[in-house]
Amino acid sequence: MWKFHKWFERHTLILLVGILVMVSIGGLVQITPLFFIESTIERVEGVRPYTPLELAGRQVYIREGCYTCHSQMIRPLRDEVERYGHYSLAAESMYDHPFQWGSKRTGPDLARVGGRYSDEWHRAHLVDPRSVVPESVMPPYAFLANAEVNTSLMPDHVRANRLLNVPYTDEQLASAATDARAQAEPMGENAYDFQERYPDAVVRDFDGDPTRVTEMDALIAYLQMLGTGVDFETFQAEAPENQR
Amino acid sequence: MNFGRLRPLHTNAVIFAFGGNVLIATSFYVVQRTCRARLAGGLWPWFVFWGFQLVIVLAGTGYLLGVTQGREYAELPWYTDIWLTVVWVTYLLVFLGTLWKRQEKHIYVANWFYLAFIVTIAMLHLVNNMAIPVSFSGWFSYSLFSGVQDALTQWWYGHNAVGFFLTAGFLGIMYYFIPKQADRPVYSYRLSIIHFWALIFLYIWAGPHHLHYTALPQWAQTLGMTFSLMLWMPSWGGMINGLMTLSGAWDKLRTDPVLRMLVVSVAFYGMSTFEGPVMSIRAVNSLSHYTDWTIGHVHSGALGWVAFVSFGALYCLTMWLWKKRQVSHALVEWHFWLSTLGIVLYITSMWVAGIMQGLMWRAYNEFGFLEYSFVESVEAMHPYYLIRALGGVLFLVGALIMAYNLWRTATGKDPAVERASDVPAQAVAAE
Amino acid sequence: MTYEQASHFAQTWGLGLLTVGFAIAVAYALWPSNREKFNSAAHAPLNDGDDDGR
Repeated sequence: MWKFHKWFERHTLILLVGILVMVSIGGLVQITPLFFIESTIERVEGVRPYTPLELAGRQVYIREGCYTCHSQMIRPLRDEVERYGHYSLAAESMYDHPFQWGSKRTGPDLARVGGRYSDEWHRAHLVDPRSVVPESVMPPYAFLANAEVNTSLMPDHVRANRLLNVPYTDEQLASAATDARAQAEPMGENAYDFQERYPDAVVRDFDGDPTRVTEMDALIAYLQMLGTGVDFETFQAEAPENQR
Repeated sequence: MNFGRLRPLHTNAVIFAFGGNVLIATSFYVVQRTCRARLAGGLWPWFVFWGFQLVIVLAGTGYLLGVTQGREYAELPWYTDIWLTVVWVTYLLVFLGTLWKRQEKHIYVANWFYLAFIVTIAMLHLVNNMAIPVSFSGWFSYSLFSGVQDALTQWWYGHNAVGFFLTAGFLGIMYYFIPKQADRPVYSYRLSIIHFWALIFLYIWAGPHHLHYTALPQWAQTLGMTFSLMLWMPSWGGMINGLMTLSGAWDKLRTDPVLRMLVVSVAFYGMSTFEGPVMSIRAVNSLSHYTDWTIGHVHSGALGWVAFVSFGALYCLTMWLWKKRQVSHALVEWHFWLSTLGIVLYITSMWVAGIMQGLMWRAYNEFGFLEYSFVESVEAMHPYYLIRALGGVLFLVGALIMAYNLWRTATGKDPAVERASDVPAQAVAAE
Repeated sequence: MTYEQASHFAQTWGLGLLTVGFAIAVAYALWPSNREKFNSAAHAPLNDGDDDGR
């Protein structure tokens, strides 16, 4: 009996190992080169890590499932480039853990929504989408204006990103909590220091409520920076090193 | 509560809660029958069952509260991911242990598919969900990969959740339940071997077709498209094997609505595995991507193939487990036709909606400007969303009729009857 | 590693290995001496020691 048993076990193991080998090859061949082939991500100027407030906004974006209806990936097709702007580069999402390219456009692409509309427009749109776009089918997100951001957690967020090789400086890590507040308080005492640490970031009272930092502040800060990093006046799309 | 939070609940409830429970139930049944052995591991199979239900409860309640990783079909937060890993490894060990205990020399092919499903899902789950939690008291985590690498890892996972959860596992159901209910051996066992190895090898490569024209390097897109096209062959090999099992017994489709449901599911499988490779062609994908065409495609597979083959298996299991009882054929007929009509309404409306969206987005007027604003394409969807909702309601009503039918059979409200094939032909006709 | 090196390997060794693998799978399935084994395996669901008389 034991002899038979061993024979059976060998059959099962051959099957198990065979399956494992077969299903491993495809992933190994496709995914691992993306980490080693140098040309995978373009070398461009202007892509920076998210500020703490933008990180908080990104968390709201993920939590509310915005990616289920909005993409963040403009394809190099004539109509998309004319509708949304320059096609998306791999470099532009290199600090996105996780990526939010999306797969469905029930609403428009957001990869370059930054700077397209005013903060007031975003606020009105998020509180009641149909007040600015009557035909919209988007749900309202008015509650964001009443939810305060817990800025004391932001150092943990920055630290986790640093572990993943997002290049935050020691100073940026140490001041993450005050920076999250400073970006939404242009008249605040830390606004200048914040701007020193993040020269390309915008300091504004995004939600129009100077008394506190809300998730509305955070989400609008995130939306307003999307796709604004790379200067496409100087980017050579046709250059061989930018072809993938 | 909003669409963004409900959508992960919907996809996870359908794929992992319904699909997962059907797969666990049928795999435990099939492996015991074809091995002539009880499940291994004493009470551990119960741990697999209750552990998996706990995953579902954690997932469902979490999604409503906004607890998500923000990656499609992998929204589970890190702590639920760890718990699922424990449950899943136990599931694998119970399944392997039962194979080791078997009294048959050969491992029947349905078990190959189940084993490939369990092993591959474990691999995909582990790699795709690697993440750094922000803190041990919070749910939020940052995934190990970013940007383009993260995108390909996620769609390697996402597409093979389709390939191994929704295809390989359910092919295991097909290879046991259709031969059994038709009372005929599978059409070609040799074809099943070739189709098994080709399917599991090729599927893994198909993920990049979700990323056509994106910032993913083009060589990866081309690989994804090429393997997606090749995948058509083993897929249809499986379909032919399922359908041709009926050869010489086609009349059973008329008299046995449960068998008809199983066979029609295989036909839907053939249809969506033809549509899939077509949509993976870059030129086609440039139109279909981001539109409701994709939603229609997914539902022709999910409703037509996965749900129908599950319904057929549930009818069979109820009859076999409560010995010799017969489900009401009249109610199965209602279920079958309502659901089929629902699927047809759903997928045709989504085809029209998706192609219309794609064409509106790329339409130019005579002056060379984009003809439609985005919101005009949103407005144009309205009638098709209504038709789709009607299709969905019909499908749901059919499923509720099934639930009643199964309950009625299990509780014995209907007098025990012999199996349809044992009843004389006149009696069946008079039913 | 450059793109050229990777694609050269894939188009020579990679292609060859896939072809050989496929040939092995087909040979195993069609090998005459396996015919009997597969035929009896195909009947596994039908005579699986069902005790409900079917």
